[in-house]
Amino acid sequence: MSHLPPDQLTSERLAGRAPDASDWTPEPGSGDGSLTEDPSYRAPLVLNNRSVHEITEIVCGYAEKSPGRWWLPLFGMAASIAGLGQIMILYLIITGVGVWGLTNQVDWAWDITNFVFWIGIGHAGTLISAILCLFKQQWRTAVNRSAEAMTIFAVVCAGIFPGIHVGRAWMAWFLAPVPNSNWIWPNFRSPLLWDVFAVSTYATVSLLFWFMGMIPDLATLRDRADLRLRQNPHQARLPFTPFKPDMLRVYIYGLLSFGWRNSSRHWMRYEKAYILLAGLSTPLVLSVHSIVSFDFATSILPGWHTTIFPPYFVAGAVFGGFAMVLFLLIPARELFPNMKDLLTLRHLENMAKIILVTGMLVGFAYAMEFFIAWYGGNDFEYAVFAYNRALPLWLHEDGAPYWWAYWTMIICNVFSPQVFWVKSLRRNPVVIWIVALLVTIGMWFERFVIIVTSLHRAFIPGEWHMFYPTWVDILTFVGSCGIFLTLFLLFLRFLPIFPIAEIKAILPEADPHGHGDHGHGHGHNQAHGPGAGGVGHGASAIDSADPDAPTQGEGH
Amino acid sequence: MGILGLPSKTDHGFRTPDGGVIHGVMAEFDSAADVYHAAEKVRDAGFQKWDVFAPFPIHGIDEAMGMKRTKLPWIVAGGAITGVSLALLMQWWMGAVDYPLVVQGKPYDAWEPFVPITFELGVLFSAFSTLIGMLALNGLPRWNHPLLKSDRFLRTSDDAFAIVIEAGDPKFLGAETVDMLQGLGAGHVELVEE
Repeated sequence: MSHLPPDQLTSERLAGRAPDASDWTPEPGSGDGSLTEDPSYRAPLVLNNRSVHEITEIVCGYAEKSPGRWWLPLFGMAASIAGLGQIMILYLIITGVGVWGLTNQVDWAWDITNFVFWIGIGHAGTLISAILCLFKQQWRTAVNRSAEAMTIFAVVCAGIFPGIHVGRAWMAWFLAPVPNSNWIWPNFRSPLLWDVFAVSTYATVSLLFWFMGMIPDLATLRDRADLRLRQNPHQARLPFTPFKPDMLRVYIYGLLSFGWRNSSRHWMRYEKAYILLAGLSTPLVLSVHSIVSFDFATSILPGWHTTIFPPYFVAGAVFGGFAMVLFLLIPARELFPNMKDLLTLRHLENMAKIILVTGMLVGFAYAMEFFIAWYGGNDFEYAVFAYNRALPLWLHEDGAPYWWAYWTMIICNVFSPQVFWVKSLRRNPVVIWIVALLVTIGMWFERFVIIVTSLHRAFIPGEWHMFYPTWVDILTFVGSCGIFLTLFLLFLRFLPIFPIAEIKAILPEADPHGHGDHGHGHGHNQAHGPGAGGVGHGASAIDSADPDAPTQGEGH
Repeated sequence: MGILGLPSKTDHGFRTPDGGVIHGVMAEFDSAADVYHAAEKVRDAGFQKWDVFAPFPIHGIDEAMGMKRTKLPWIVAGGAITGVSLALLMQWWMGAVDYPLVVQGKPYDAWEPFVPITFELGVLFSAFSTLIGMLALNGLPRWNHPLLKSDRFLRTSDDAFAIVIEAGDPKFLGAETVDMLQGLGAGHVELVEE
């Protein structure tokens, strides 16, 4: 891969082949430098005094160079699992829903559990992007792009399950309000139809938000490829194709970036559009999981028929989604060079704190469901919570056969995040990763508990049935994880996984009104191309806000 | 105007020594602070067709350039009203007019069950009008632009900062404008052909 000659030094340094020019060392006791307790200045969001140019090099490098030996085997594995999932879906469609473990009593089980699980995962992406954007939380820039990508891929996985669960999947278009031969329209009073609109709107708006955020970064990738092509028009072609790699990049990134050219007049409208989309997405994300919860809450089934469901589902979605973000990004942080400069320990700590807060919100909801089941005086409601969920079968002959599912959920979701009260544990990536894994498992069980344990023992004991998943149930879920991972790995390989322009805008040197105290020195190791400075601005009449600003020589 | 050729939409009379039509003059600056202060001077000089190019939105550049507020929120409001109206109309017409269906004995035209879908479609239409409106106001998408032919311009998506004054600006005076930009502290200055 050829680089821009002026950037050779930066490239070499970032690849670890040349010593880092930065004399920056973290303050003692501040971890990687982001965990400073000094209240007199803000903790740096980007470590190692990275300059604007270095941010471009680091993030574009991920999309331009091979990420290492781990990528292809992992991708191959994920894609095979995704393929297995697709074979399961095909088997289901050509055979019928009987291949799943559904019964007349338990007619929603793994399929809807998986649907709610995946749609919940998706919510953290929108939360990080939209809500943290509205609150001007600048640390979101480290994770928002990958979290948004995760949202899209999780919604893709979520969308599969209701589609195939309808049985005759080729009739799924009946969900849409389009004319059909019966001249009958969808029932607009059904939460299931609201769900169709909510999830499809959510998928579309998340995609727009993600894509719009990427337009300037895709333009950066396009311009770099274009420059390389101009400087070296005789690049080797890709094997067996007439395409040069950078030519393909110019076309594909060029097409996707819509001819973006970093005009400040465009930036002004772009920022307004971004804020507007963030403002639209915030109520949207809250509405989507509320509407998903209406699927249950508007029924009269004990265990489902509760008014706490909408906020409880939203909190759980945020909780599970943040766990998935951490679950994916902590390994990525180790695998990609220099990613620790952009995704610092403080970022991880912030997300660990959100896990702790939302974990306790979820714990409160669990407790409140129980309280209302008792306090509400409804025998059926009480029976569901006491005898179908919590009381272990080995303690009481009328106990719950699914007690292990309930207690897995409680231990993973309520108890495991409590370790984050300890400062050293919420700053340890390994501990965070383990908790994130437990929370992800716990959130899957939460949906299983809500759906299956409520259904398997309804009003009449004669209808009571256990639910046993078949191998098709299990492999379809495993396959959906493969689809998710495949898409995420493709994203890591080919797209800007950090918002390049947004990270640049939060660097101290991006501030036009003078550098902060800790911004000094940034300009010194900024690697301009030869002549980018030209005539030094020290000769100009402009009052420079920063007397230490680099004075470039005359040389070209 | 039109000394060297017939006037046309882009032909304002300024040409390079080779005879190419000049799109404008591009002046590079060292940092966000430099380009910000230069932009204030260019604004005060009364230029209209000019722009600042930077790898990220510079804080406060809209004031430094004297930009007006964008009309985008009105476009989005239009999208929201359209989405909400269409959703209400669709649900009412399908459920209460074209094929009334008794569901739980409720009135056909009760508005309460229509709320979720009305909200969702309102958001959906607003989101599309945000993206499409932003692109349309920016004159995007476009496949190419004279500035993208300049190698040095392409670095504005990396770490370069530049002011471009278009030759079509009524105040554009060729060499004098170049001098003015250099006086504002510009480093490299180059002419960009149409």
